[in-house]
Amino acid sequence: MSDKSSDPKKINCAKKMRDIMTTYYLDAMTAEQNNKQVAWITSGGPVEPLVAMDIIPIYPENHGAMIGASKMGEDLCIKAENMGYSSDLCSYARTDISIGGLPKPDMLICCNNICGTVLKWYEVQARYYNVPLFILDTPICHTRYSPEVAKYVRAQIDEYIIFLEKITKRKFDYDKMAQVGKLAYESQVLWQKVLNTTAHKPSPMSAFDAFFFLALIVTLRGTQIAVGFYKDLLAEMRQRIKDGISMVPNEKHRLLWDNLPIWYRLKWLSNKFSDHNACLVADTYTSAWCGAIKYTDKNNFLDSIAEAYTRIYLNIGVDQMANQVLDMIKFYDVNGFVMHSNRSCKPYSFGQMDIMRIVREKTDIPVLMIEADMVDPRNFSHSQVETRIDAFMEIIKQRSR
Amino acid sequence: MIYAGIDIGSSTAKAALIKKNRLLGTHVIPSGYNPLTAGITVFDALLEKVAVSKTDIAAIVSTGYGRASASVKFADKAMTEIICHGTGAHFMNPNIRGIIDVGGQDSKAILLDKNGQVENFAMNDKCAAGTGRFIEVMANALEVSLDQMGDFSLKADKPSKISSICTVFAESEVISMIAGLQKRENIIAGIHESAAARVAILAFKINIKEPVMMTGGVAKNKGMVAALEKRLGFELIVEDFAQVNGAIGAAVLASRL
Repeated sequence: MSDKSSDPKKINCAKKMRDIMTTYYLDAMTAEQNNKQVAWITSGGPVEPLVAMDIIPIYPENHGAMIGASKMGEDLCIKAENMGYSSDLCSYARTDISIGGLPKPDMLICCNNICGTVLKWYEVQARYYNVPLFILDTPICHTRYSPEVAKYVRAQIDEYIIFLEKITKRKFDYDKMAQVGKLAYESQVLWQKVLNTTAHKPSPMSAFDAFFFLALIVTLRGTQIAVGFYKDLLAEMRQRIKDGISMVPNEKHRLLWDNLPIWYRLKWLSNKFSDHNACLVADTYTSAWCGAIKYTDKNNFLDSIAEAYTRIYLNIGVDQMANQVLDMIKFYDVNGFVMHSNRSCKPYSFGQMDIMRIVREKTDIPVLMIEADMVDPRNFSHSQVETRIDAFMEIIKQRSR
Repeated sequence: MIYAGIDIGSSTAKAALIKKNRLLGTHVIPSGYNPLTAGITVFDALLEKVAVSKTDIAAIVSTGYGRASASVKFADKAMTEIICHGTGAHFMNPNIRGIIDVGGQDSKAILLDKNGQVENFAMNDKCAAGTGRFIEVMANALEVSLDQMGDFSLKADKPSKISSICTVFAESEVISMIAGLQKRENIIAGIHESAAARVAILAFKINIKEPVMMTGGVAKNKGMVAALEKRLGFELIVEDFAQVNGAIGAAVLASRL
C-alpha cells in the first residue's frame, strides 16, 4: 500500500483517514463515559438509523479485517477452535468471538443480506454480552424484488426504529434521519466516483488502496466526516490523473479482483502483481458499498433503503452478479479477472464457478481462481498461489504480444 | 547456439538442452534438500553427459518449484511449469491440445491453442490427493517401490475402493485393507483410481481437448495412466520424455529470450 513518506506514489489522504479512524475508535471506547450507546452492526446492515439516533456503530467485520491485516488471524482462529468452533466457520466470526476487545455493545444489529453466518454469530454475542439483538431479514432476490419482499422488509425498517426507541428510551428523530440519509447517499456517490477514477489509464490507485479507503464508507456512512473525506480523496485522485501519477509504475496489464481481500497477504500480492506490471484496478468487493445507490431515494431515504439493502451484490442471483462483473470488465477495460475463492465467505464464493464460466463465454479475458481465506493464513498455500499467479500473468503477456 | 531448461521439482530436478530446434539431451536427479544445488548439479551432469561446455550455453530458463532460486543464481529467467509444459509438448508434438501433468506435489491440466499457447489451466488445490506424493505415500505403506506400482496394478482383478480424499486418511484406509488381507494388486489399482479421479476433475474443469499428452514423473506409472484413461474416456499420449517435458519447454523458451 501507499504508505512510505518517501514514496512518490503515496496517497496523502491515507494519513487523514487513519486519524479519522483513530478518533472514531476512541469515541467508541469512551462511549460510556460520554453517555453514548454502542451498537455492533453487520457490514451490510442499515447504519443510518443508528447515526440518526447518535448511537456509535461498531463493525466486528471491520475489526476482523484489521486482525487479518495485522497477521493475528491464525492465533485467534485457533483460539476459537479451542473454544469448540469449527475451522469451517467464517474467520471474521472466529476472530471476533475469540478476542473480544471491541467497545462493549449496548445492542446488536444483524442484517442477513451478506450471509447466514451472521445470525448465529450475533446470537452468540447477544448471549455473551447479554444485550438485545435486532435481526433484519432480507430475502435473497434471485431475479427480482417482489412486492411481497418489499412489504416484508419495509415493515422491518419500522420495527428497527421501534427497537431503537425502546433501547435508547428516546423518540426517533425523522428530520435528522432525512439529513443523515442525504449524507449517506452523497458519500456513496462520492465513493463510486473515487472508484471510477481507476478507469483512467494508468490507474491513479489500485484495489489494494480501495480495500484501505473502504473503511470510512463502511463505518461512517451518513456523516459529514465521510462526505468531506471522500471529496478530498476524489480531488486527490483527479489531481493524480492530471499529474500522470499511477499506482503501478509501469502499468501494462489491468485486472479485476473478485471477493474479499486476503488481508494478511496484501503487500505480497500487491508487489507480486506490480512486478508483473499489472494493476488490480477494480474489485467487486469495495463497490458493494455503493452498488445499490440506484435503488436509494435520497429524498425518501427510509422508504427506499429496504430495497437498497436487500439488493446488494451478495444478496442477488448469480446471473445478476455475473452481469455486474461483465459491466466492470468493460468499464475498467481490464484484461484479466482474478477470483479469490474464499474459504470463509460462502455466499461470495459459492457462485464463482458459474460467474467464471459466464465471463469466459462472454469475454476473451483469462480468469484465475486462487483458493485462500481472508483472515486465516492456514488456508493459503504460498507456492501454489504464486505459481498460479505467475502462470496467469504469463498467459496475459502472451496474449498481449 | 545451445539453450538450457532446468526444471526443479519437489521430487526430481530435470535438465534439457536444445540446439537448432533439436533435443540434445536430458538428465534427471532427485531434488534432495536444496533446490539450488539440485539445479546446478543436474545442469552440470547433463553438460558432462553430452560433452557441452557451459560457455556454449546461450541462455537458461528455470522452472518448477525451485525456479526462483535458480533464476537468482544462474538462470536468465524463471517461468512457471504451466507455460513450460505447454511449450515442451507443442515443441515435441505440435498437434497436442491438452496436457495432464502429474508431478511430485501438484497436478495440472493445461489447454493449448493451435499455436501452442496456454489457453487455460487448472491446478490441484492445497492438497496432495491426485499427486505423485499420494502414490509415493501409499507405495511406502505397501512396501512396493514406486517403479513397481504400475506393474502391480495392471494385475488387479477387482480394484479396491478408497473413499478418503485426504492422503493421511487414505493411508490409514490402505493399512486397514492390508490388515484385511486384500490383494496388494487390487489395493494399488484402487490407489491409482482414486488419484486418477482427482486429476480427471482438473481436465474436465478446463474442457480439455484431444490429443492429450501426459507429462511429469507419474506418467511413467502405467497403472496410473490406465486409470486416468479409464476415467477420462480417451487415450493419453505418453512419450519417453514425459518426465523432462517441462525442462524441454524451458529450453525452448530460453531460445526465444
